[in-house]
Amino acid sequence: MTASIEPQGAALARPGATRASGFSMRTKRLLWVWGFLALPILFYSVIRFYPTLQAFWLSLTNWDLLRPAKFIGFANYTKLFSDPQFWKVFKNTFTYLILGTPLSLVLAFTIAFFLDRVRFLHGFIRALYFLPYLTTAAAMAWVWRWFYQPPPIGIINDVFGMIGLPQQPFIRSTDQALYSIMVTAIWAGLGFQIIIFMAGLRAIPTTFYEAARIDGLGEWAILRKITLPLLKPTTVFLVVFSSIGFLRIFDQVYNMTTNDPGGPLGSTKPLVLMIYQTAFNSYAMGYAAAQTVVLFTILLIVSLLQLWILREKK
Amino acid sequence: MRKATLFAGLVAGFSTFAFNAAQAVEIEYWQYVFDTRVKAMDQLIAEFQKANPDITVKHVTFPYADYQTRVIAANMAGQGPDVMQLFYGWLDKFVAGELLQPLPADTFPHDKIESEFFPIVSAMKRGDDYYGLPTAVRSLALFYNKKLFTEAGLDPNKPPETLDEFVAAAEKIAKHDASGNLTVAGSTLDMGGQDHQWWREVLIRQYGGTPYTDNDEKVAYDSEAGIQALRFYTSLQLEKKIGQVGFMDEGQAAFRAGMAGMTIDGTFRLGSFKTIKDFEWGVTELPANTEGVRSNYASYFANAISAKTEGEELEASKKFLAYLTSPEAMNIWLTEVGELPARRSAALTEKNLQDPIYGPFLKGLEYAHTTLFKDEAAQRQNAIDMANRVLLEGQSVEDSIKQAAEAEQEIIDAAKP
Repeated sequence: MTASIEPQGAALARPGATRASGFSMRTKRLLWVWGFLALPILFYSVIRFYPTLQAFWLSLTNWDLLRPAKFIGFANYTKLFSDPQFWKVFKNTFTYLILGTPLSLVLAFTIAFFLDRVRFLHGFIRALYFLPYLTTAAAMAWVWRWFYQPPPIGIINDVFGMIGLPQQPFIRSTDQALYSIMVTAIWAGLGFQIIIFMAGLRAIPTTFYEAARIDGLGEWAILRKITLPLLKPTTVFLVVFSSIGFLRIFDQVYNMTTNDPGGPLGSTKPLVLMIYQTAFNSYAMGYAAAQTVVLFTILLIVSLLQLWILREKK
Repeated sequence: MRKATLFAGLVAGFSTFAFNAAQAVEIEYWQYVFDTRVKAMDQLIAEFQKANPDITVKHVTFPYADYQTRVIAANMAGQGPDVMQLFYGWLDKFVAGELLQPLPADTFPHDKIESEFFPIVSAMKRGDDYYGLPTAVRSLALFYNKKLFTEAGLDPNKPPETLDEFVAAAEKIAKHDASGNLTVAGSTLDMGGQDHQWWREVLIRQYGGTPYTDNDEKVAYDSEAGIQALRFYTSLQLEKKIGQVGFMDEGQAAFRAGMAGMTIDGTFRLGSFKTIKDFEWGVTELPANTEGVRSNYASYFANAISAKTEGEELEASKKFLAYLTSPEAMNIWLTEVGELPARRSAALTEKNLQDPIYGPFLKGLEYAHTTLFKDEAAQRQNAIDMANRVLLEGQSVEDSIKQAAEAEQEIIDAAKP
């Protein structure tokens, strides 16, 4: 085994073979390795990297699918940054991110923390929390869309009516719609986050807790000094994962507002929906590509920033 | 001997096959998926192939949401249909992208088109050429729930004739609960449905204005007529409380569920409403104003020939398109899909005009207008937002109209090829 890992040794062991094929064992091995690596690299280059670079190029053109693309410099970007709709969408996207991510993580952690201690029906409760994650986003969004309806059909407003609370317009209001949709998005992702948090909690050695208890640390101190710091890798993963999710939110919004996508009055429209509409309703591919590049940049900055803030401090 | 016969038979068989192959032309027809349309088209193709045994038509369909993208993408790849269906509002884009060829004047002479079809086919004309012809056209009408009419003490056989009667009937039908929530709507309010067409081509004209000028390239509703039309529309919810945007999610859903007394919708809704079991409904022309002025919005999907089609495929495509726009095909389409024939002679028959359902739609066709949309989705969205600013944010009607007109002019200018 060791000999086959050590290329020099293997080549020396059978000098005849080297001469026969014209390659040294080391070269052969390298060829094999790159041969195998070439497949995914080729796949990613063609399916991922080439279109990405192409999008950068398209964002500098006025391509509309029909006529050949013409280079127009940064006109798309100038148009984008002076478009009030873009800034509204930009603000919406960051509202989803800045409120959605912490809320969903705090909620997921709290549930995971307590669920971890529950023995009674543990598996069943966990399955219940995980169930929404398995459901199609579109189906879920439609169910919620009906929940949110005004009377006589909206179940939430019916309950409000019964207990004497005033009726709420929810997704028919420019103030409430975004938060109404955010709730469903948080609920949908909760199951996944709980499972990951619980796995993280289980991975913390119990000896730490035992030692802490012997030293007389309270529950709060244990949580602050042991659980949270040791859970950091899990948290970093979930923060990045969920942020990207909220920055790319689309399904929920689109399905809950199909007859006025991103409405009312664009109050729920995220960047991805704007890109979709620009590209596939107005066929302004160049302009849509510019929006995509902006989204890409935002995703990159946010992810890097989070990794840097939550990095392991030596 | 036996071998020789067999061989001769084989040769003969093969050569017949080869002969047939040389004669048969296959053309491709594209449309979007809609159950009754697909079935009707299959029937038309079967009839056409019976009459033209040397032509085979391959029927290809795509989901509506994908359809336009597919046609454009296929064209880029040098593929695509020989004959295709397209919404009249996509014509500018398709012509600019060189997807279509002008209809050959030998098979489709202009004077025939202009004298035999409804005038709204002029929306398929660019410069001196027609680029497509419809089998069927659609117009709007007022659907009303006879059961709710009776319950409100209205005569179910006398639907409203004028806007005032429309409002009065709706006020009688509308019901609210103790806290003021709408429980039964007098009429649906749904800008995302057909109401934006009603506002644009009907109400504005009834208040004495025009929505656009210069071939629909200049927004003209930033006027007293536009303001009054929007004020009328928004007052239905804000003052008269006969309906509410978003009630039962969608207008057509509210009507279907028997929770709305009236709704404005098109011929394409007939198929869906025909399955209603709980109540009887009727159709009447869109209400006139006090001076008796009526208007309507008509639209259609046309059939056109691809720019890349040539040679014997072109000849076959011409024959097929001629069949699709024949009175015979139009009658099949009317029975199967419920859309109105695009030829006057096929549409305005005594039988059709007397029909309690088709009659009002056909009458509407006579005075209908067809908006030449530049970016249909964006222009519709603009109308939705215009109403929402008044209904949800309390913006004044005047300001909302002004803002909408400016925004729509920008949309139109940006979409110009």
